Amino acid sequence: MTTQTNESADARPKEGRARRVLNAIGVQNISLVIALILLVAFIGSQNSNFFYTSNLATIGTTVAIVGILAVVQTVVMLIGGLDISVGSQAGLTSVTSAMIFMATGSATAGIVGALVVGAAAGLFNGIVIIYGRVNAVIATLATFAAYRGLANVISNGRAQGYTGTDAVFVFLARGNVFGIPVLIWILILVAVAIQLMLHYTDIGRNIYAVGGNAVAARLAGIALNRYVLGVYVLVGVVAALAGILLTARTGSGQPTSGSQGLELQSITAAALGGCSLQGGRGTIVGTVLAVILLGVLQNGLIILNVNSFYQDIAQGALLVIAVVIQQKRAGGGGVGLPT
Amino acid sequence: MAASQLQDTDEAVLVLDNVSKGFSGVQALDAVTLRARAGEVLALMGENGAGKSTLLKIMSAAHAADSGRIVLDGNEVSFASPVDARRNGIRVVAQEPEIMGNLSVAENVYVGALPRNGRLVDRARLFEMARSDIERAGFSGLLDPRAYGRDLSPAQRQIVEILRALVGKPRVIAFDEPTSSLSDHEAEALFHLIGRLCEDGIAVIYVSHRMKEIFRVATRVLVLRDGRVVGERPADETDDSELVRMMVGRDLSTLFHHTSHEPGRPILSLRNLTSADVHDVSFDVHAGEVVVLAGLVGAGRTELARAIIGDLPVTGGTILVDGEEMKPTSPRDAIRAGLCLAPEERKTQALLMKRSVKDNISLAIVGQLSRWHVIRRRQEREVAARHARRLSVRTPNLDNEVSKLSGGNQQKVVLARWLARRSKLLILDEPTRGVDVGAKADIYAIIDQLAAEGAAVLVISSELPEVLGLADRIVVMQRGRVSGELGRDEASEENILGLSILEEEAA
Repeated sequence: MTTQTNESADARPKEGRARRVLNAIGVQNISLVIALILLVAFIGSQNSNFFYTSNLATIGTTVAIVGILAVVQTVVMLIGGLDISVGSQAGLTSVTSAMIFMATGSATAGIVGALVVGAAAGLFNGIVIIYGRVNAVIATLATFAAYRGLANVISNGRAQGYTGTDAVFVFLARGNVFGIPVLIWILILVAVAIQLMLHYTDIGRNIYAVGGNAVAARLAGIALNRYVLGVYVLVGVVAALAGILLTARTGSGQPTSGSQGLELQSITAAALGGCSLQGGRGTIVGTVLAVILLGVLQNGLIILNVNSFYQDIAQGALLVIAVVIQQKRAGGGGVGLPT
Repeated sequence: MAASQLQDTDEAVLVLDNVSKGFSGVQALDAVTLRARAGEVLALMGENGAGKSTLLKIMSAAHAADSGRIVLDGNEVSFASPVDARRNGIRVVAQEPEIMGNLSVAENVYVGALPRNGRLVDRARLFEMARSDIERAGFSGLLDPRAYGRDLSPAQRQIVEILRALVGKPRVIAFDEPTSSLSDHEAEALFHLIGRLCEDGIAVIYVSHRMKEIFRVATRVLVLRDGRVVGERPADETDDSELVRMMVGRDLSTLFHHTSHEPGRPILSLRNLTSADVHDVSFDVHAGEVVVLAGLVGAGRTELARAIIGDLPVTGGTILVDGEEMKPTSPRDAIRAGLCLAPEERKTQALLMKRSVKDNISLAIVGQLSRWHVIRRRQEREVAARHARRLSVRTPNLDNEVSKLSGGNQQKVVLARWLARRSKLLILDEPTRGVDVGAKADIYAIIDQLAAEGAAVLVISSELPEVLGLADRIVVMQRGRVSGELGRDEASEENILGLSILEEEAA
């Protein structure tokens, strides 16, 4: 699991087709696929209910919200940052969407309003990080607390409104298109859109450049600030989407319930998927695989009747394991403190 | 010669005997034997990738050899760790030293061996020890023992690293290109120090690309090529051209191409340009002209380049590009105006080490290559391939990670980036630093060719032969000011050096 993308990339033209395919997927991703297969085999052998379509759909819809956040967390990490406030942004926008919906009676207004609030929250993060020259972890740790507080203030700490009768919200939460839940479609759309952006556009290329070597990127004429700001706004917008989906699923605006822990889960998924905490490295495919792995694990623990407190331990352990593996891959010496 | 080598094995302080080392299929060292004798300076030469660094790393126990023996004072030894090697008197002075920014010079020198007074550090004695070390080593006035690591110039950092090697009882000291960040003045102090180390019976190993220094300090010269010993010569029985031939099989005179160019319109004009470290600088660079900025390390040349490119704020004066005033607030503005900078530190300032050769070449033009933000990938690959070919970048393919290339090829990738951008003015800060002889010749040829095609080139160089070989015109800087301008025909090593240092000594 530890190495080899490097060496094998060298001799690419001489190698066979199978090897090329393997390289294209990436070693880290193959390890994730293998881990996923093993996990599925184990859970399935213990409880065959796991394979019911209804259970698979449950996994899909549970991971959708974490999934879209993990996808944008990947982008933030690629640019060399981190966003701890994603969960709080989702909570804030969940409340906003429900309150605007109740006030106007229009789902569209609620959704648009939430997206605007999300974009503003992301923009604020970006401004603090760039113009306040604050470390991204600290800045978003601060807004993690502040946005959650704001959500509680405007909602008085209570669930807001009822969206369970609105066709749009019901469609988002429980609709199907071609037999696949809308929530899963949204995850697929977000992941594909971001993947296309990263892989095929100059914007994506420059995001990798800024995260890989900010000085070089600046001297090559890339407008660093614009990219960093843009990425945090993107996170805000997608976090708002997550907030809207949260509202749709629970039928009301939730200031904290349902969004708590999303930051940890999204960061865990991105790290497990191969994102470097130093920036410049990581893929959407890896992150999505990690999201599925985490979802299966969580679901498995439930259907195997494991005490739910163990889920937190499992998740924490996975984050540590993911980062340890990454440090090994990065090949840094065993001397001194990690950077 | 081989027969006598076998006999004197036991006279040597340190012998690396038939040492081999491979890295994932590449044989970095193949049965290399090196003898370091007390009181001698053994120069270690070879192109980048010839195996010099690996040899030093085996000596300092940073790497373990795959086969071969290490013999210290006639006894075969094996060091468990770099600390163990140090304890046995083997010191390697790194080219890019690790300096702790928040500690003083004195603490950096004595780290791990601080003088104590009971359980507390005796700071007064520490500074006194460091001060007297600096003085004894001949670096008086160049370094303050109380200065913080973070405030040191590259030259001062190198001096700290040298001082570290002198602490304790060194038996063998290896210098890895020690002068690459030193000015001539500081280098001179180092040569005196090496002379004294020899008198004290220390075995010195000296790695350098610079011929002049080799003949200045070395007793013997050991030349490596592709991990093998090509030959060993007493320094007074060989000359530049033989050594260069041994290293590359190429003649020294072919290193520089210089076609005389007809300077066209001024591309860059500086008028009384002033910034934090640059004062009142005025000169022009014309189309089709190579201007070299000479001077000591720390004369403000890099700062000037960064001010021109918009990377450091300009506090006074004007920059004219093609006759129009430019006020860049970021490198982005300057690049749009047709300027570019290839900085001194390729790895940390220019390259995305984990990305491919192609991505690095196209970095500054992906926007231009895109339509509605979608990169035209075939065109990108074509452009990257064309420029890689033009600069003869040696890489198995364009998707190779740039970190896997040698220093020279990495530098060519940086140049390719700016050729692809069709910059009107290229500012190249020490373009051949840490680059092997073969790649140097390629880089010189490209610079000459660019000027011939009408580009304006401003090169910052601290190597006098390079300054003389490249320049159509030379601007010498000293302490942030222009101290003189010389035409190609009137320039000599002496008058450039004079303009670089003379006033400084009078002041």
